Amino acid sequence: MDLLANLGLGFGVAFSAQNLLYAFLGVVLGTLIGVLPGLGPVATVAMLLPSVYVLDATPALILLAGIYYGAQYGGSTTAILINVPGEASSVVTAMDGYQMARKGRAGVALATAALSSFFAGCVGTIVVAAFAPVLTELAFRFGPAEYFSLMVLGLIGAVVLASGSLLKAIAMVVLGLLLGQVTTDVITGVQRYSLGIAELYDGISFVAIAMGMFGFGEIIVNLGRTVEQREVFTRNVKGLWPSRRDFKDMIPAALRGTMLGSLLGILPGGGTLLSSFTAYSLEKKARSRQDEVPFGQGNIRGVAGPEAANNAAAQTSFIPMLTLGIPPNAVMALMVGAMIIMGIQPGPQVMTANPQLFWGLIASMWVGNLMLVILNLPLIGIWIKLLTVPYRFLFPAIVVFCSVGLYTLNYNTFDIFSGGIFTIAGYVFHKLSCEPAPLLLGFILGPMMEENLRRALLLSRGDWSVFITSPMSALLLVIAMSMILFVMIPSISRKRQEAFVDD
Amino acid sequence: MAKPEPSSTNGPRSFRKHWTLRIKSQRDFWSGVLFIVLGTGFAWGALDYSFGAAAMPGPGYFPFGLGLILAFLGLTILLKSLAAEVNAGDPIGGIAWRPLLTIVSSLAIFGVSLSCLGLFLALPLLAFLSAMASEEFRWREAVVNACLLTLGSWAIFVWGLGLLIPLKPWFLGP
Repeated sequence: MDLLANLGLGFGVAFSAQNLLYAFLGVVLGTLIGVLPGLGPVATVAMLLPSVYVLDATPALILLAGIYYGAQYGGSTTAILINVPGEASSVVTAMDGYQMARKGRAGVALATAALSSFFAGCVGTIVVAAFAPVLTELAFRFGPAEYFSLMVLGLIGAVVLASGSLLKAIAMVVLGLLLGQVTTDVITGVQRYSLGIAELYDGISFVAIAMGMFGFGEIIVNLGRTVEQREVFTRNVKGLWPSRRDFKDMIPAALRGTMLGSLLGILPGGGTLLSSFTAYSLEKKARSRQDEVPFGQGNIRGVAGPEAANNAAAQTSFIPMLTLGIPPNAVMALMVGAMIIMGIQPGPQVMTANPQLFWGLIASMWVGNLMLVILNLPLIGIWIKLLTVPYRFLFPAIVVFCSVGLYTLNYNTFDIFSGGIFTIAGYVFHKLSCEPAPLLLGFILGPMMEENLRRALLLSRGDWSVFITSPMSALLLVIAMSMILFVMIPSISRKRQEAFVDD
Repeated sequence: MAKPEPSSTNGPRSFRKHWTLRIKSQRDFWSGVLFIVLGTGFAWGALDYSFGAAAMPGPGYFPFGLGLILAFLGLTILLKSLAAEVNAGDPIGGIAWRPLLTIVSSLAIFGVSLSCLGLFLALPLLAFLSAMASEEFRWREAVVNACLLTLGSWAIFVWGLGLLIPLKPWFLGP
């Protein structure tokens, strides 16, 4: 009954007044940025990082986690009401959810999204609590060689499962690893690539990279697009509660979505986008009633399945981050960065060294999900009002908060300038269709990867074969290789491109 | 940047006879060039640091290898962009100069002005200047928005979180 005792400890932490407050703040902010198109969780978490450094690690991570899964709820609201996905993973929800809204069933669609998400969130929390200790146990047996191979697998998995060109994504990971090399070498104390700039002795700030590429960069991309006319269904939102028949359609879909999302969330790079796409295609194939509304015209299962899947995945993607210290996506990478700055070394030891943090964070996810249902169903009117805020008011606010945040990182204007440089870099990459998320993952993992590689080589006296002779390491590398080979099979690579065509 | 000659000595000889030198994907071609330049740059820089032996890898070991890998990946992307046909040449398209230049330069101005002008002057300046990035820019709205944002930032960062940010310009004392 370790699990119960641990969860008890977690709920004790999560239900303290302070942590309840931060969980609430997190989910409110998450819903807010999920609702607002053009501001994603990566930019928001980056924006808040400097401010949360004044907090203790536990409330800080509870807050950041709340933003991440809160954004999944908020994103669906925008998708349903104005057919603009507030969040990348709600692209799928827009397909049937918006059609439901057009038929006057906006309220039912919103309720379906919220209830499916809540259910998935609860299951996701249990999955995290049950599986995290098992993986932690395994990770403790890893030496430097195994850890290095695990990180290779994590990075490869992240790019294989993401959208876009595989080669370019791998190149972005390598570039991220290289940018992570701009620092003082831990073993010899040599300053690398500092170009004589004292501020670079400690490395490039990952907040500057994230804000430049995701915060400012996204603003420029959004402003570069032509303004489109939006049709907002604000008056039609009534009759929130789904009918009995709706429930009958939605429950199996939500169950399937939850299972799929929980599984895909654990995979590196899996995350929310892939889960909702896969859940949607699963629902399309699943057997249905004869008189059902066709998909793409407002089928309730097309909302329930993907919404459950992306929320379950949002929860379970915490597993690799918490147990192995390996971030499966950009938001998790930022959280790993936050942990490092707060003096917590990410990895399997987090669970034993900081049980309060570990179990408190997990329990807070369940609490946060409950808050989200309350926030999203009865209070939906407030969020709808926010949809009418024009972007021209919103983006200067993002610029201001990001800039102040950059300054307060080290109380140094240097970070503001490096943010500017990465804004330009981010825009160049956008124009060349190179995704910035793999770069950020590589950047966060770079120093850890180098350390493990060098330690492994040191232990093996320079023998590279250690990565193959250790069975665990060899297995991890073989999985990574076969992932690459698998997506290079022509028919699969075509499917992979089709799957993300709506992105 | 000068256009590299695709028909250089190590050109893609294995291609079939009718291969043309036309770039089939602009985006991939220039990504390839970028990665080659950055990869060789990092690898070149790594030559300054000790390599150590394989048994005792030095600070130059990891970045040199990574730089070569990046350059190699760049070369592969570049060659592929000459071979595989993508929709309509995959052009880079127009550059959003107005938002790009406005946002970046207002950031730079903020970086310079914050330490000498302080938050109460530098921040409204940043908010106002960055608002000009939008085509829908309106004077009065931007001024009001800038004032509200300054007040809000002061309330959150200085009053609420107690962060130490210079507030007043240099001539008014600390």
